[in-house]
Amino acid sequence: MEAGEDRPRVGVDEWVASHDDRLAERTGFAGLARKIDDRVPAWARLTLFAAVAATLPLWMGRGDLFAYGIFTLIYILLGLGLNVIVGNAGLLDLGYVALFGFGAYFYALLSSEHYGIHWPSAISIPVVVVSTALLGLVLGIPSRRLLGDYLAIVTLFFGQAFVVFVNAANPTVAGHGLTGGPNGIADIDPNDIFGYDLSSRTQQYYFILVVVLLVLIGLHFLSESRTGRAWRALREDPLAAEAMSMPVNRLKLMAFAFGAGIAGLAGCIFAAVLTAVTSGNFALPILITIYAVVILGGIGSLTGVVIGAIVINVSFQFLAPENPQQNARILFYAVIVLLLVLAVRPWWRLGIVLGGVAVLGVAAHAIAAAISPSWTSGAVVEGGRLAGVTSDWVIIPAGHERFANAAYIALVVLVLTLTRVHGWWRTALVIPTVYLSAIVWETSFVEQPAVARWILFGALLVFLMTVRPQGLLGTPRVEIV
Amino acid sequence: MDLPLAFNSELFVQLLVNGITLGSLYGLIALGYSMVYGILKLLNFAHGDVYMIGAFVGYGVLTLLGGPLSPNIAIAPLIVLMFLAAMLACGALGVVIERFAYRPLRDAPRIAPLISALGVSFFLQNSALLLFGAQFRSYDSFVLGSKNPEFFEPGPLTDPVFVVKHVNIQLVQVIVLATTASLMVALTLLVAKTRIGKAMRATSYDREGAAMMGIDTDRVIASTFFMGSLLAGAAGVMFGLLFSQVFHFMGFLAGLKGFTAAVVGGIGSIPGAMLGGLLVGLAEAFAAGYLGGRWADLTVFGILILVLLVRPSGLLGTRAIQKV
Repeated sequence: MEAGEDRPRVGVDEWVASHDDRLAERTGFAGLARKIDDRVPAWARLTLFAAVAATLPLWMGRGDLFAYGIFTLIYILLGLGLNVIVGNAGLLDLGYVALFGFGAYFYALLSSEHYGIHWPSAISIPVVVVSTALLGLVLGIPSRRLLGDYLAIVTLFFGQAFVVFVNAANPTVAGHGLTGGPNGIADIDPNDIFGYDLSSRTQQYYFILVVVLLVLIGLHFLSESRTGRAWRALREDPLAAEAMSMPVNRLKLMAFAFGAGIAGLAGCIFAAVLTAVTSGNFALPILITIYAVVILGGIGSLTGVVIGAIVINVSFQFLAPENPQQNARILFYAVIVLLLVLAVRPWWRLGIVLGGVAVLGVAAHAIAAAISPSWTSGAVVEGGRLAGVTSDWVIIPAGHERFANAAYIALVVLVLTLTRVHGWWRTALVIPTVYLSAIVWETSFVEQPAVARWILFGALLVFLMTVRPQGLLGTPRVEIV
Repeated sequence: MDLPLAFNSELFVQLLVNGITLGSLYGLIALGYSMVYGILKLLNFAHGDVYMIGAFVGYGVLTLLGGPLSPNIAIAPLIVLMFLAAMLACGALGVVIERFAYRPLRDAPRIAPLISALGVSFFLQNSALLLFGAQFRSYDSFVLGSKNPEFFEPGPLTDPVFVVKHVNIQLVQVIVLATTASLMVALTLLVAKTRIGKAMRATSYDREGAAMMGIDTDRVIASTFFMGSLLAGAAGVMFGLLFSQVFHFMGFLAGLKGFTAAVVGGIGSIPGAMLGGLLVGLAEAFAAGYLGGRWADLTVFGILILVLLVRPSGLLGTRAIQKV
């Protein structure tokens, strides 16, 4: 700040005015990511994303393309829709996944053997998108009367009611169950472009990629527009926005309808790619995943959603039960090392921690083996070169079933304690925490990667909210004190 | 259209009894939601999972003391122990959750603690799945305390205490109702008469004002979480005794219904929570009896959405004043 300006000015809150300056001074990894995000223009980011994404089918197998490529794109789409509702307008919509489900089921009804209707995508997709948006509008109407929290309740119950309706109620329409009950609807037509069926994975991938790019471009211009700015104002302070004569209710409903429309689009694509829909695809875990996507990348940031979707879906697929376990193991240890590198500074302290963990492991393993060989003779779950290293370092007992549970609970307690201590105590405590997490990984998580990923997602949400509520690239709120 | 069921007084009484027992359970869960909302304006989505943990703690005590088929001690102290352990463990869990997941967010935007609560709920659910597995665990309350459990001779918990219109009201149902009633009375007295109760009322009325008057609001909030979670723990054991099965996902739906009860009765109001619980329990029992089980949940959700649209402040709630 220049010398002449260093005095109070009428009508300017110093704290708010210097907001951007303080942001520019941000250090560390997040600050760096933010600076890069600010410097690189939007079109360059989009081109980079499109270029990298377009090469994916060239070097990926069909299964991988499905799991990593197509699913990441669907998560991006879902995250973008939720980002409009939560990130732009600041409304907590816990029924979002039901809108996605509604889109998928509606598309399934319009293009499958279930009722023998086979509409081409050029008609069915717009119909589904518009009706999902209308449903979002209807669902958003309570937000006119109900303040913040009540909206979360109504939408949460809507989401739950949708699952119950689809799964259990399954009313009979025109001869047979409308939604197919627990079996869902199968044999859904693939998407088509004016009669040409997109049957191969590569074709589907490119189709979805184009859709995602179009949505990204549209949302970019939308968020720069008058409406986008009004939404952000609404998110920061609804009362002030109303005082500025913004039509708050209409803006809320618009956000709801917009996000819902994108969810419906994602539903169409999801149903067509999977060729079957069941209610389990639209339950709470998926909602949590979509929230994790939006929050990790940064609420309100398009780039953030893309990054969040990539990170979440890749780790998700690594931890999928059908994936070979060495992948999950490598991911786990890589993330731990990465976290240590990012969090422990300066470098010599990091060295102490890493060395301490290694020594502690060797010592603990030796002591456990000396007490009784059964403590270290547990079978290591197969998986690559790392398994050989871990078997001589991590205590894996044979026949002590309670050990794994006790280790898990001890780990939770240790991690919670870690957040309460500082300085050298924290450094000292990190060492047993890391070692214990390795034990927990080898004794319980590796056997049930699907459960492990949900636990980690839950913890991630709490962690992000308490440490960095705006996510990686989100804008922190300007707090007027 | 024939209505043979509508005139079946036996079924009616049976459904009434089921509804009231179920309702007192929901009422206990609703109290936790209601108290926390009253004081923090926070929807504690993790509350249902605290209830689930309570059911598992009760099961753990039962297993430690010899298991349901051959308990080492008499049945009355056993049940008391189960209740005490579950209540204390859940109370402590509630305090820990508040300390680590909500307190750092006291001044964050409203959406942050809600997402954090969602994360805690998910974390607890899946931790239980990891620790206890996916299978149902049974309290076996049908044979609990029986002399010949291997021959499925019913235990004392199924003894009829009253008989109304040929419907037996079992001991376990009486235990549930009596425990609920005494907990309710204790809570009402605590909030109305004691020092901490007064501090709680003051904090829920105006947190900043209360802090300025020298009330340690953090401690008051922690004790609110303690009491709410304690009640959820009791409800968890009750569920185990009534329905004999506990599993990791039980907290979600029960939480939603307890929550419905809190909203229907008027969130923030203690008698409202109980009334809402009874209404939800009765609605669910009668919907299940007359319309079929698949409509039970939808009826409950329908009631909630109706109440929210028609009278958002609930039956006994006071109208929220949007402060500027």
